[in-house]
Amino acid sequence: MEKGEYRLRKEDVEDLAVGAAILGTGGGGDPYIGKLMVTQVLEKGKEIVLVPPESVPDEAFIITSAFMGTPVTLIEKLPSGLEALRALEALESYFGRRADYITPVEAGGLNSTIPLYVGGLSGRPVLDGDGMGRAFPELQMVTFHLYGIKATPMSLADEKGNSVILDTIDNFWAEKIARVVTIRMGGWASIAIYSMEGRQYKRAVIPRTITKAIEIGRAVRDAKKHGRNPLDAVLDVTRGFKLFEGKMVDVSRWIVAGFAKGEVKIEGLNEYRGKTMKISFQNENLVAEVDGEVVASVPDLIVVLDLETGEPITTERHRYGYRVSVIGIPCDAKWRTPEALKIVGPRYFGYDIEYVPIEERVKKAGVGG
Amino acid sequence: MAKYRIGIDVGSTNTDVAIVDETGKPFYTSKVATTPDVTTGILSALEKAVRESGVSSDDVVAVMYGTTHALNAIVTRRGLYRVGVIRIGLPATTSIEPMLDWPADLRKAVGESSVLVRGGFEYTGEEISGLDKEAVRKAAEEFKRRGVESVAITSVFSPVRADHELRAAEIVREVMGEVPISLSASIGSIGLLERENATILNSAIIGVMKKSISAVRSTMDRLGLEAAKLYLAQNDGTIISADMAEKYPIFTVAAAVSNSVRGAFVLTGIKDAIVVDTGGTTTNIGVLEKGFPRESSSPVVLGGVRTSFMMPDFVSIGVAGGSIVKVEDGKVSVGPESVGYELVRKGIAWGGDTITATDVALALGKMSIDDPSCRPERARDKIPRKIAEEAYRFIINAVEEGIDKIKTRPEPLPVILVGGGSAMLPRKLKGASEVIRPEGAQSANAIGAATALIGATIEKTYSYEQVDRSKALEDAKSEAKKRAVESGADPASVEIAFVEEISMPYLPGNVVKVRVKAVGRAKI
Repeated sequence: MEKGEYRLRKEDVEDLAVGAAILGTGGGGDPYIGKLMVTQVLEKGKEIVLVPPESVPDEAFIITSAFMGTPVTLIEKLPSGLEALRALEALESYFGRRADYITPVEAGGLNSTIPLYVGGLSGRPVLDGDGMGRAFPELQMVTFHLYGIKATPMSLADEKGNSVILDTIDNFWAEKIARVVTIRMGGWASIAIYSMEGRQYKRAVIPRTITKAIEIGRAVRDAKKHGRNPLDAVLDVTRGFKLFEGKMVDVSRWIVAGFAKGEVKIEGLNEYRGKTMKISFQNENLVAEVDGEVVASVPDLIVVLDLETGEPITTERHRYGYRVSVIGIPCDAKWRTPEALKIVGPRYFGYDIEYVPIEERVKKAGVGG
Repeated sequence: MAKYRIGIDVGSTNTDVAIVDETGKPFYTSKVATTPDVTTGILSALEKAVRESGVSSDDVVAVMYGTTHALNAIVTRRGLYRVGVIRIGLPATTSIEPMLDWPADLRKAVGESSVLVRGGFEYTGEEISGLDKEAVRKAAEEFKRRGVESVAITSVFSPVRADHELRAAEIVREVMGEVPISLSASIGSIGLLERENATILNSAIIGVMKKSISAVRSTMDRLGLEAAKLYLAQNDGTIISADMAEKYPIFTVAAAVSNSVRGAFVLTGIKDAIVVDTGGTTTNIGVLEKGFPRESSSPVVLGGVRTSFMMPDFVSIGVAGGSIVKVEDGKVSVGPESVGYELVRKGIAWGGDTITATDVALALGKMSIDDPSCRPERARDKIPRKIAEEAYRFIINAVEEGIDKIKTRPEPLPVILVGGGSAMLPRKLKGASEVIRPEGAQSANAIGAATALIGATIEKTYSYEQVDRSKALEDAKSEAKKRAVESGADPASVEIAFVEEISMPYLPGNVVKVRVKAVGRAKI
């Protein structure tokens, strides 16, 4: 093993699922399926090797591996596992070049685990970094896009053996056309996308996010084992801020252009008594306000945790009576430029507010700690 | 001739029994201690009721009981059938094999025989591939050779189309003869792993359920109740015939919670309310919605296995009649440890040395107990007033928090108190529009079982672009009605209790989950 490489163990998978659910900020798909896939691959004696991005040679060839589609079809028609390999190989044969590494596209939710599965199955090392540092709902919401890397040529594959190579004029069209293909393939597909060289990757990647997710999960596990508050452990590891604590009193939802949007109101408890937080979400949590004042917004991470167990709560589980704590985690600096905010800032999601980094908002509002 | 029904409900502390007349009015109630084997407790409750009530055995038309046999078997891994598992879905699904994340001891107890075969459907109802009948036949032959006692069949998207499961069952039947076969489409909803797990567990507990039923049946025969019909209480507050319960034992694992909720409805006539069921060790807080227990929407973990099937939505708190009061560093807390059925020996008011929740309520004069050996003044003298008050506040806070957690809206609702330990609770609670403790509250669970209707809930998935909505609803309704009749309902009395449509986001074709519940009177 090279220096800095890390061989994934079974207990890491458990921790990764917890960490990925936290970095999923309420969306990103349940990491449960991915966790079981990776567990099975490890039980079958395969090796999964994580490589730090900085040790990648400039001329290395890298392909991004993920699932795309609707979670409700994925939890019913489980992957064969081979479609993920097929998507990768289809793109490799299009380029006439074998990928030296594969990389995750998101650190949150289901897609943090899929590349590990593909890496274990195909014997290719997996890079410890991603293009989001969290979860986002659309294909072009990645730092790879931001650094001018093209999503296509990309491939999509299903379990039956069908595969499609897609070449589009830009990354927005890739999102639109690929979405249609996933429907025809049964609701979801394996994709290989954003292929690039090592020198591009090192500039565009958000590094060390997979080990970060594992570290978060481990901190939660340790805290529980020793009877400590898991919330503090998460804040420690993520350099996050506690934003609120309270009880959900009102949840409203509506569907816009295929996305599940909604709002949840949380009535303060303990030191937050008398205050009300409102979180707006679209798959993921997007904007958090306390008594009308914004305290955090995308691309910073807003995470809702069960007050008692510290478990992250996905947006579809929001309901009256839930006791929760809400934390904010600073996003990677790459998301804080004007160009980046155009594709992942609050305005892109339809909220007419200025993005202010969470550190400044917290200081100004005097909340958190 | 009077027509009496006997209801029995097994709780963690007591086994309750009630006899109701043909109008549903309770005629006799009592309790015996739940025994470790469960069966002995049920049989002595039944015997006691027949003996003490003085009803003629000829006048008893039905016995309905809710038991923890199946749940205990899953938790203790004892008495489980060896299950042959068939999953239909290749080439999909191989990345997560059946029972992958089950606890090793449970996986071993059900025998680790699983086979994946080609077949299954897309969400649209198109085939992923044709059913590999030869592979199913081979699997059945292998199961037969291995001495498998029960078969569980799950196909991808069977809630949309169950054809492959049905065809596979026929082939298994040809090879294995009279083996019990469970099909996932009749057990769970979308979510392959959870539905498959529930189907395998259902197959595994069939033997335990058969044993339980045959023990009750033979005691009934001995007591002269040969003519009475036997029913089991289900998770949704309805009952099914013993024959159907042997096919679907998984639907009976959480019957106790639902019996109490349904009993609260029977005793008060209130259709929408919060039901607080306080026993000896735990208080279960559930919801009455249109006269039935509200169903839970999240996955249920049973014996360490993630499953999904119809379960009542409830919050369980470790504060009840026998809960032990502790004082640590000047802080008073109550439960979750409990003296259980030993309250009448260990409780302060009975001359024992353990301060319990009931003692506290007695000391503060919040309740009285009709038992000559219970002397409230002992509790009043021995428990410092301040500790009693703090402990009582702790109990109320826990119950009020539980009530708030189970609610889905902030508006206050009627709260109905039931269960053996419910007398200690006050008649005013936060979040309650009114607090009612009806007569017969201590036996609401057994009364709920004795008065229950036959019920069947089914869930199917339709694409309204391919099937006309009214046709789909008609199809689902007629299937639910058919199932209710199979479960022992009088066909003329069967009606639809509710229809629920849940659209699935992000999918084209307007895909909708339809849940239908049909209920009817038992055909006696």
